[in-house]
Amino acid sequence: MSAPAAQSDALPQSRIDFVPVLLVVAIALGAFALIGSPSTWVTLTVAGLAMGLLIFIMASGLTLVFGLMDVMNFAHGLFIAIGAYVAVSVMKVFSAAAGADSLAANLGAIAPALLAAIVAAGLLGLFFERVIIRPVYGQHLKQILITTGGMIVAEQLIHVLWGADQLTLLRPPTLRGSFLIGDIALEKFRLASVVIGLATFVGLVLLLNRTKIGLLIRAGVENKEMVEAMGYRIRRLFVAVFVVGAALAGLGGALWGMYQESVTVLIGAQMMVLIFIVIIIGGLGSVGGCFVGALLVGLVANYVGYLSPKIALGSNILLMVVILLWRPQGLYPMSKQ
Amino acid sequence: MIDTLLSGDRPRSRILAVVLVAIFVSLAAAPFLFPGTRALDVAAKVCVFVLLVASYDLLLGYTGIVSFAHTMFFGIGGYGIAIATTRLDPTWGAIAVGAVAALAISLALSFLIGLFSLRVKAIFFAMITLAVASFFAILASQLSNITGGEDGITFKVPELLRPGFRLLEAPLLGVTIGGRLITYYLVFGAALVLFLALLRAVNSPFGRVLLAIRENDFRAEALGYRTVTYRTIANCLGAAVATLAGVLYALWLRYTGPNTTLDFAIMIDILLMVVIGGMGTMYGAVLGATIFVVAQNYLQDLMKLASGAAKGIPLLPDLLHPDRWLLWFGVLFVLSVYYFPRGIVGQLRTWRT
Amino acid sequence: MAEALLTLAGVNTHIGHYHILQGVDLAVPRGELTMLLGRNGAGKTTTLRTIMGLWRASAGEIRFESVDLAKRDTPAIADLGIAYVPESMGIFAGLTVQENLTLAARKGPLDAARLEWIFRFFPALKKFWFLPAGLLSGGQKQMLSISRAIVEPRKLVLVDEPTKGLAPSIINNLIEAFSELKKTDTTILMVEQNFHAARSLGDSVVVMDSGRIVHSGRMADLAADEALQTRLLGLSLEVHQ
Repeated sequence: MSAPAAQSDALPQSRIDFVPVLLVVAIALGAFALIGSPSTWVTLTVAGLAMGLLIFIMASGLTLVFGLMDVMNFAHGLFIAIGAYVAVSVMKVFSAAAGADSLAANLGAIAPALLAAIVAAGLLGLFFERVIIRPVYGQHLKQILITTGGMIVAEQLIHVLWGADQLTLLRPPTLRGSFLIGDIALEKFRLASVVIGLATFVGLVLLLNRTKIGLLIRAGVENKEMVEAMGYRIRRLFVAVFVVGAALAGLGGALWGMYQESVTVLIGAQMMVLIFIVIIIGGLGSVGGCFVGALLVGLVANYVGYLSPKIALGSNILLMVVILLWRPQGLYPMSKQ
Repeated sequence: MIDTLLSGDRPRSRILAVVLVAIFVSLAAAPFLFPGTRALDVAAKVCVFVLLVASYDLLLGYTGIVSFAHTMFFGIGGYGIAIATTRLDPTWGAIAVGAVAALAISLALSFLIGLFSLRVKAIFFAMITLAVASFFAILASQLSNITGGEDGITFKVPELLRPGFRLLEAPLLGVTIGGRLITYYLVFGAALVLFLALLRAVNSPFGRVLLAIRENDFRAEALGYRTVTYRTIANCLGAAVATLAGVLYALWLRYTGPNTTLDFAIMIDILLMVVIGGMGTMYGAVLGATIFVVAQNYLQDLMKLASGAAKGIPLLPDLLHPDRWLLWFGVLFVLSVYYFPRGIVGQLRTWRT
Repeated sequence: MAEALLTLAGVNTHIGHYHILQGVDLAVPRGELTMLLGRNGAGKTTTLRTIMGLWRASAGEIRFESVDLAKRDTPAIADLGIAYVPESMGIFAGLTVQENLTLAARKGPLDAARLEWIFRFFPALKKFWFLPAGLLSGGQKQMLSISRAIVEPRKLVLVDEPTKGLAPSIINNLIEAFSELKKTDTTILMVEQNFHAARSLGDSVVVMDSGRIVHSGRMADLAADEALQTRLLGLSLEVHQ
């Protein structure tokens, strides 16, 4: 017996919503119209993409964790800070290689620094999930309070371990400066950030769409209960996702520290407002939304910073308000059962 | 009589009652009991923060709303007075205008925030308030023509409140009866009245509905109470009292600036005070604010001693360093959320039964 | 009547302040389809969810083979060979039909023979294989939900109101599918409001009211006794077709 007569024979198309992506392009083009000079525009665009993608690396873990576990970790900035600080310490150990003029030597210093940042943040994430967050699953009020408290304590501990002063994290020589193409200067480190950011995005997309774990995560975001009823221990998956999210934040923090060339305790808190804006714009729980949101935030911050510095700081919050008026649940809202 | 004054909300614990009376007496007679400008400064700050934290308790403890925008209303109050007294002459009229304008802005903002955000999940709301508060702080530092930017605004106060003013020529009980004293009692008196008003609000039928909503908002809605309305009113009331606290603080400091009112660190401090003191009790605000502000000023001396004594042991001197006093409060805060959800006040009350 | 695969004894379930199940005793015979009937709010869904461990039983025992399910958590219960088809269907709208079934096949890759069997009854699933399950119609979603539960052999399948809100032609389709399924020695516990479906498929029947079992016996006997039907289920169930 076949399907009911009302059903047409043509298969419905699964539509990917490209409108937000078009928005990014529109903003870039609009900025070009306002800025005029191609070389300035390219510099700002690359800076915007680099900043946006670094924020994406830091934010992607948070949005996935929220989508899957319904947990909002207000202390996420800690993982960013730990990543940055550990990178500083490791770079100091390898300072000879870091200061040398060869790419191989520089990478020999950066690679362990980034690796250490990832591992340190991941371990901190493991500790956090078990000790701080696990007792308050499902209790949103307590989650907000506890994670804020955890952040206060950990920030103070960073003071204890690394001192209260601002630390410098210089980019190694081979990653300093820019490639010159005619009139246009492309900063090397920014290009590297873009590459790493895109790689992270592609990696996450592949993980979510081509692996069984990704399948579980996508299913769990929609309906945790059903996944458990199918025999999967989703709690273990939570921990894994949380740790990966923390590790990514650590990577982002280390890279951001190098981007700014300085690290303070406030690095986490400073990024948190931007990260919240990004994941709210993107839609809580959506990695794709986080990606587009991060690009928007990065580009807007840089374009407005050039065109109208006075409102630059507040421009992203205005962006968020505008997008929420258009789509109150964010660009790619998650449908939850 | 006491019962009516406290709106029937008795301490319900002998120790708590004693502590509250001690705090009240200390604050009421502060200029006479604790001579010196620093001590009076601490006392005034305690009064202001008791009020600020109590207004936050209305939101967090009684209505179950976590907002990170409370310092914004605190700041609006301060800036209202500062701008008014610098644009107009430093008269009582100007203060009134400033205060009323600040209240109007706060009420409008809190109403909008309430309407938009209280329909969404708590986490979303918390994040939005964080963004809004951040935006406001940026505005305050950028619009330096109006707000004095990062430096803030120093302003003159009416004759009666000026430090040079003398009500009595000769000191009474060793204390100068002048502008500072009058300002102090203005702050103390206003804080007391507003605190008692909050106590009345939370012990009224309105307050009981708030508690019902906090416990189970679906049920409250089913029983016919429009939760959004009640939450919005609570939001506005909390914002209004915070604004007035800001007015008082600015009058005391004769200064307003981003670092005394809008700093996120102050928001964190409020959270610490309300949770450690005891959420949903009002008296928790009294205890929390007193402990915190006193510690902030005097504990560091103690810690310096301890840090010196621990020299030689790895890490310990750094952990006991006076600048790290927030670490210990943070630990206390985390422990409170887990084990003492009703804070010190709750714990004292449990021991009584 | 065959021996019982699943037995509930004195099961109580509280949800918040509400005492939903007030001492449920029932037995599900092996290899048969047991119908769980009752008015709205009687506690039928709560019973299924308690068996599945989604809600904790506050008292009582749930014996499955030799294991007390009341002491296990949901993934462990599913591991024992129990599948659940909820009232809300629980399909993952963002995942394709293929992905939904792949996830359900825990023991390994999808069995081709089994899939052929499923496609025979639910051809729409083959047509929509690579499309997000969210695009399916209500009836097709139900087909997917059931297919997920049986994509691998199971010992016990719990089904909650499969015919709810579906057109009569689809309901007949489902009845055919379940009749086939019964031949494979799968034990089924099904909650139904549609008495036509209940009568066609049920071997045993259990009736619930206010959190308790008020009748259990053979379906054939209940179907023949209109007075009993009226007493237990409020109306003559001929009306529920």
